[in-house]
Parts: sequence; C-alpha cells; structure tokens
Amino acid sequence: MNSLGWIMMTVSVCTVLCLVSFCLTKVLSLPAVDMDEVKGPLEIDTGDTEDAD
Amino acid sequence: MAQKEQWGTRIGVILAVAGSAVGLGNFLRFPGQAAQNGGGAFMIPYFISLLLLGIPLCWAEWTMGRFAGTRGFHSAPGIFIVLCRNTFARYFGTLALLVPLVIYMYYVVIEAWCLSYAISYLDGSLMPAANPGAYDEYFGSLVGIGQDGALFRPGHRDFLGILIFTFVMNFFFIYRGITKGIEAFCRVAMPIMVVLALVVLVRVLTLGTPDPAAPDRNVVNGLGSMWNPNFAKLSDPNTWLAASGQIFFSLSVGFGVIINYSSYMRKNDDVALSGLTATSMNEFFEVCLGGLITLPAAFIFLGAAAQEMGTFGLGFTALPSVFAVMPAGQLFGFLWFIMLFIAAITSSLSMLQPVIAFFEEGLGLKRHAAAAILGLIAAIGSGFVVYFSKDLKALDTMDFWVGTMCIFVLAMFQAAVYSIAFSVQSGHAALHEGSHIRVPIALQYLLKFVTPVYLLLIFVAFCIFNVPDYFSAIGKSEVALASIMFISIVGAFLLVMVHIAGIRWMREGKLNFLFEEAGEDEQAANDSPAV
Repeated sequence: MNSLGWIMMTVSVCTVLCLVSFCLTKVLSLPAVDMDEVKGPLEIDTGDTEDAD
Repeated sequence: MAQKEQWGTRIGVILAVAGSAVGLGNFLRFPGQAAQNGGGAFMIPYFISLLLLGIPLCWAEWTMGRFAGTRGFHSAPGIFIVLCRNTFARYFGTLALLVPLVIYMYYVVIEAWCLSYAISYLDGSLMPAANPGAYDEYFGSLVGIGQDGALFRPGHRDFLGILIFTFVMNFFFIYRGITKGIEAFCRVAMPIMVVLALVVLVRVLTLGTPDPAAPDRNVVNGLGSMWNPNFAKLSDPNTWLAASGQIFFSLSVGFGVIINYSSYMRKNDDVALSGLTATSMNEFFEVCLGGLITLPAAFIFLGAAAQEMGTFGLGFTALPSVFAVMPAGQLFGFLWFIMLFIAAITSSLSMLQPVIAFFEEGLGLKRHAAAAILGLIAAIGSGFVVYFSKDLKALDTMDFWVGTMCIFVLAMFQAAVYSIAFSVQSGHAALHEGSHIRVPIALQYLLKFVTPVYLLLIFVAFCIFNVPDYFSAIGKSEVALASIMFISIVGAFLLVMVHIAGIRWMREGKLNFLFEEAGEDEQAANDSPAV
C-alpha cells in the first residue's frame, strides 16, 4: 500500500470513528427518559385487543 | 384497548434504524464499488454524497415520520396525507408499501443463503477445497442457478427448510410488535454483529503473508487493493454515480422504512441526534468494518481478481475460498456468515413493519390477521423468486425495478413532499423539536434546493446507463416479463387497499383535520379586512 493509500484509509476510518463516537457518547450520556413518558397514556387504539379475531 | 405502539428507549430506535440500514451492501457491495472506482479516491465523492444527499434525506425522513406519527398516522399513505394535506397524496404511499414488501420477497431468500452457508461451516460441509470453482458450483447448486424450479427437486429440502425457518423467524419478531419484537431483537443483534465483525477483522489483519510462495499477497497489499487512490477516476462521472448510489442505497433512504420507524416517536423525542447516530453507525459498519475486511481478505488469497467480483461473487464464492485456506477458517467462516445473517434479519424486519402498520391502521385488521395476510403475500413472492431461480433472473429483475428504480422515485417524491410540507423556518423548527444537537439552517436550504436536484441528476444518469439493458431484457426473457407482471399485480392490490383505507379514514373522521384547517383558512380570509 502506498502512502496516499494509508492517508485515505486513516482519514476515512478516523472521520467515521470520530463521528460515531461523538454521537454515541452524546446519546448514551443523556438522562434516561421517564418511564411514564416512555409508555405513554392509553390514548390511541391501534386495533390490537386481547380478544383479537 | 391496546396501548399505542412506541419505541421503548432512545437507543432502541437508533439501533433499529441502523439495523435496517446495515446489511449485505455494507460488507459486500461497498468494498467492490470502492475498488472498481478509484480505491481511496472513491471516498471523496462518497463523503460529499453523504453530506449532500445521505444525511439531509435521513433527517428529512425522520422529521416527516415523527411529524405525522404524532398526528396519529404510522403508515405511508396516512403520513403523506398529513404532510401534503391532501387525501389524494395517499396513493403515492402505495410505493412506500410496494418497495419494502417486494424487496422482502427476495431479501429473505438471500438471508436464507447466509444461514445455509453458516450451517454448512458449522457441520464442516463447506470446506472441501480452496479452488474457487468448487464454491461457484456450491453456490450455483444452493440457489438453483442452472434451471427454473431446481430448488423444488429432491436434494434441496434442507435449503427450503432453512428458508421457511428464516421466514417464520422474521414474522415471529414482527408479530411481537415494535418494542418487544424489532427493538428487542436489534438491541441484542447489533452489539453481536459488532463483536463478530471485530473478531473477523482482527483475524484478517493478523494474517500476515499466509503463502510464503506469494510474498506480494500480504495484509498491507490487501489493504492497498482497497485503499490506494486512483485520482484519475474522479474525472469519470461513473465514479460519482457509484459513490452517490452507494450512499443512497446503504442508508435505506427511500425504502419507506425510516418514515415508518420515526412515526412511533413521541412529539419531543430527538430526531436530529438520533438520525445522525443511526447514519454514523451505518458508516461504521461500511467503512471501518466492510472496508477493512472483505476485499483485503479476498486479495490476500485470490489476488487482484477479487477486485472485479460482484456482490454475490465476492460474498458467496470468493470469501469461502479465503476461509478454506485461512487458519481456523471453518470457525471464521461460520462467524462471518452468521453475522451477515443477523445483518440481513435486522434489515428484513424493517421491510415488513411499514406494510403491517398499514394493514392495521388502514384496514383495521388485528395483528394476527395483518400478519397472516402479509405472510401469505410475501410467501407467494418468495416462492416466485425461489422457483424462477435460473440465472437469478426473477431476483435480479425485482431488485432493479423495485429495489433500485422505485427507491429513486420514492426518495424524490419524499424530497418533494418535504419541500411542500415545510418551509425553511418550519422545517428547521420541526427538526429541532426536542433536539439534543443544533443543525445549521443551511441544511434546510440544502434540502429544498440542492438535494432534490442532486438526486434527480443521479437518477437520470442511472437511467441512461442501466434502463435500456433491463428494458430489452423484458422482451427477451419470459421470467423478466413475469416478474414485472407480478410486481404490477402486487402494486395494484396495494393501490386498491390504499383507496379503501382512505374511505375508512374519512368515515371514521380521522381526516377531519384537513377540512377543519381548510375551514379555518376560509374563515380567516373572510375575517381579514379588504385591502
């Protein structure tokens, strides 16, 4: 592999690694969402019921 | 009353969208495209396309999906009605159902190939020789490439069993729903895929010079076959087309999947950071894993010929030849194909969800009935692909007309819908609702003026280079013609269903918001003083 190949590979891989590291660090460091909010109220009927069919 | 379906966690939706995007294309298509289009130089148009096309379109889909989802619609026909404020727009949603459904029909077959290879490595039946011809024969026999109907003859029961198992596995997770099915699977599958790919990567990068008789075939030169830049290729329009196409298809833009997945988010859920994270995870699999494993490994054992191989050739004949002569190749072959199988499952799950969401929301079907009808349609389509296996003609035809052309059309339609639904300011505000990162407002100008034009240019160039061959194939091949007719029948069926869904929504008053807003506008116009 020539030196330009090393440069292209290093820059490409490092760029993607930096981006994914930044994003994941940011996402994982956010406070957890309140479970009440997560599940939400029983407000909308999707059509699925216990006695389906 | 059932609970509204929503994602359970922030990372869950990100992993699900990333899982949808990560598939065989990341590991098999990207390395081949890069090597044939300038090696390291390919990364220049690749990253430009990511910035101008991939990330903006992803953000647009995330924004539109959440916007319509919080207004009660999760299927594309309903989402387009909300965004366009016009009931007629639902008919365009048919395309967003047709694309994932038809792609699923042949993708599940490829998935079964991967599982079949993994099982063959496990029981030791796939290590017969290092001769690539042996693997050509094995692959041809597995997929029935020699004759239509070959897979329904004696001797292929194992593969049909694996295909049925794969099919049922997909529907098991879809039946369990968004949180317990798709999210639960992706939360486990994605980390497993990373670990498996890293194990194979370490193995490839520590191969050194396996054959002392061929000192040129070593790891460093293997990486060079992928990354050494040929800048002269940058003046070739095909290089830019290939890079844009790779970004476009890799990110699952225009599949109707992101718009459906993001519709299950809450009003204040972040879409800017989530969208960027899912995109960057896909790039990690493609550039950092696919770019360092596939082609270097193939080069070390097969030489420069590996650079010219297509996706299936590289994945199903070249790499088995590599594993055959690699130390502990049986183990690494199994790990590789089981990873591809998991990657394919996370993608195929995402193809079923938009259609099942429509059957439930538009036709009022219960989950059982929706899954049963979808399963029947998908099984007929997969059976069609498996039966017409000669030269993989049916698969190839469906992949071109639906998996490529329709995706382009749908992506352009979605870009147009975004421009209609959001002004620069309202689009900026919608993207930043609940956002954890700030995106420059320039993105909105990009989405309105640059991305659609860029997309149109790629589409026109793609048509010029590819459509004539496929058009002539329809006249020459009965299977190609039958495939087109099959796609048309499925499309017509979905179109009728979308029409019925629209009537149901009107009767149920779900579209009343359109008339109320129109009435308010009229009232405001009447109340305003004459100038």
